[in-house]
Amino acid sequence: MDEQATATEEPSTQAHSDAALIRLEGVHKIYDLGEVQVHALRGVSLEILAGEFVAVMGASGSGKSTLMNILGCLDRPTRGHYYLDGTDVSQFSKVELARIRNRKLGFVFQQFNLLARTSALENVELPTIYAGITPQEREQRARESLARVGLAGRAHHFPSQLSGGQQQRVAIARALVNRPTILLADEPTGNLDSRTSVEIMDILQRLNEEEGLTVVLVTHEQDIAQYAKRALDFRDGKLRRDTPVRDRLIAREVLPTLPSLQDDDAAGET
Amino acid sequence: MDFWNTLRLALRALARNKLRSALTMLGIIIGVGAVIATVSIGQGAEYLVQQGIQSMGTNAVFIAAGSGRPGGARLGSWAVKTLTIDDMNAILREVSLIREAAPAVVSRVQVVYQNQNWNTGITGTTPNYFRIRSWPVQAGSIFGQDEVDSAANVCLLGTTVARILFGDVDPVGKQIRIGQLPFRVVGVLESKGQSVMGDDQDDRIFAPYTTVQRKISGITWIQFINASAVSREASNAAVAPITALLRERHHIRPGEDDDFFVRTQSDVADLADQTQRVMTLLLGSIASVSLIVGGIGIMNIMLVSVTERTREIGVRMAVGATESDVQQQFLVEAVTLSMAGGLLGIGVGLIGSALISNFLAWPTLISVKAIIAAAIFSAAVGIFFGFYPARKAAQLDPIEALRYE
Repeated sequence: MDEQATATEEPSTQAHSDAALIRLEGVHKIYDLGEVQVHALRGVSLEILAGEFVAVMGASGSGKSTLMNILGCLDRPTRGHYYLDGTDVSQFSKVELARIRNRKLGFVFQQFNLLARTSALENVELPTIYAGITPQEREQRARESLARVGLAGRAHHFPSQLSGGQQQRVAIARALVNRPTILLADEPTGNLDSRTSVEIMDILQRLNEEEGLTVVLVTHEQDIAQYAKRALDFRDGKLRRDTPVRDRLIAREVLPTLPSLQDDDAAGET
Repeated sequence: MDFWNTLRLALRALARNKLRSALTMLGIIIGVGAVIATVSIGQGAEYLVQQGIQSMGTNAVFIAAGSGRPGGARLGSWAVKTLTIDDMNAILREVSLIREAAPAVVSRVQVVYQNQNWNTGITGTTPNYFRIRSWPVQAGSIFGQDEVDSAANVCLLGTTVARILFGDVDPVGKQIRIGQLPFRVVGVLESKGQSVMGDDQDDRIFAPYTTVQRKISGITWIQFINASAVSREASNAAVAPITALLRERHHIRPGEDDDFFVRTQSDVADLADQTQRVMTLLLGSIASVSLIVGGIGIMNIMLVSVTERTREIGVRMAVGATESDVQQQFLVEAVTLSMAGGLLGIGVGLIGSALISNFLAWPTLISVKAIIAAAIFSAAVGIFFGFYPARKAAQLDPIEALRYE
């Protein structure tokens, strides 16, 4: 897993199909709601290479959430193929998909989705429980992961004792703990103020730049998409536009220009 | 995910809602506690019955005048005049399985010693009686055969009678009045306690049967024969020849009812066994009902818990939990609830039966079998009632679950 992440560093959008980490071929998704059939995806084909930072854009109903669910192995395409790391996973069983989610994918959600009344450390440990590793290694990995998002000192805090930005960082640490190949972030800044949003984007950019982690970011906010390297525009279940991001923003450079709204949150942690 | 992890998770989830978990367990605690307590009371009762049976003497065969069969108009032991001392002698002579026998003639009498008096039962019998019932004297001695032959005015006292009439005074050799007649107390029997039927066996006076027949009751027949067979098995085998012999001697034609009945210790033991079985069945059904009610409580709470934790389930699935991981997690939670309830219930039951022993002076026997059964049963309740909620959790669609508000 890690080999591919580090092997392809160049942010090229035009590479060989074999090197693609994610490859969709004519993917359709039809929801059968009994009386009506909702055609959420209408033949999507795309490739994402290792080390890319892709923003998936689109209004609600554009199919971007459906795409995210399929990329995240939470759902299977009705038609078409999904090659993840060279393997066609479109017909995988639920158990196989769960295993892929556990080992290759990391999720970050808009709602953070941390377990309440559970310490940050244990929240981060959650994916390792299902990975069959020893308790000692689990805790070690969770601590490392928390350190990567700058929350080493908050390991024993409960989510209720953390700010929104910190909670989202815990969620990112959780996504990273099993050393995934791909990080899938679904509106990760949707519940955060603008400064905290940029801080989160900073973390994602650093992970992408420094560790070669492939990031797929779903957002409907144009200014958040500006932090990605490549933007995919969806409308009516189809991929309408696939363009490299021009005038890409670098969060590290943007942050000093922003007024510090939450002094307590920013202090000492980032 | 390994078992210890799952158990740890379950304990943590339950600890998060302590009050709710405790209330959920309460159903099982009460159910199991009630079972343990009632079973130990039942076992105590069985112990009493067994003791009672042993106190009547082993190998005993009991013959009573009157019909023992149900149906039709019957005469009681008191009114049937056909059983005689000759019948007893014939049995001893002709039924080789019977080793010894003693007659019994009973009546109620007023007994007086100085200014104390007491209404009690008197049994007229022979010295054999006390050997058959393995009932020794604690003071003095048992009257002899010559006193039976001469219908002497001698008597033995049960401890209750002795206490009431004499208090701390030694009754042996003292003169008492039974009805209008003076009797000499020759001995005091050991205490035998309550009978199977619950009456005080020590509240009784014994005298030669001839004396009771002629001087107290004014009859020529006897009411009971207490016999002893050569062995336990022989006591059952002797019933048929005794019955045949007595029918012949009483000139009872085929088809007519017996005017006596024969009972053995094993009849009594069988009866006790049967009572015990009914009791066990009854307790078992009470237990099942309360455990099922407790189980429904667990199921209810687990369903609530699954709904409340839909998002958690979604997250777990998103980060790699399989359906069976989720199912296992919730199942283990349910079983942990029910097992913990079961163990606490066992504690409650033990404490409860100890209290009953203490305050109601009723012997209780702790049944290891009941404890093991309660533990297994409560686990089974957890599995049975936890299965559906766990299945429901496992079958959640992770996408829906993550979106659940």
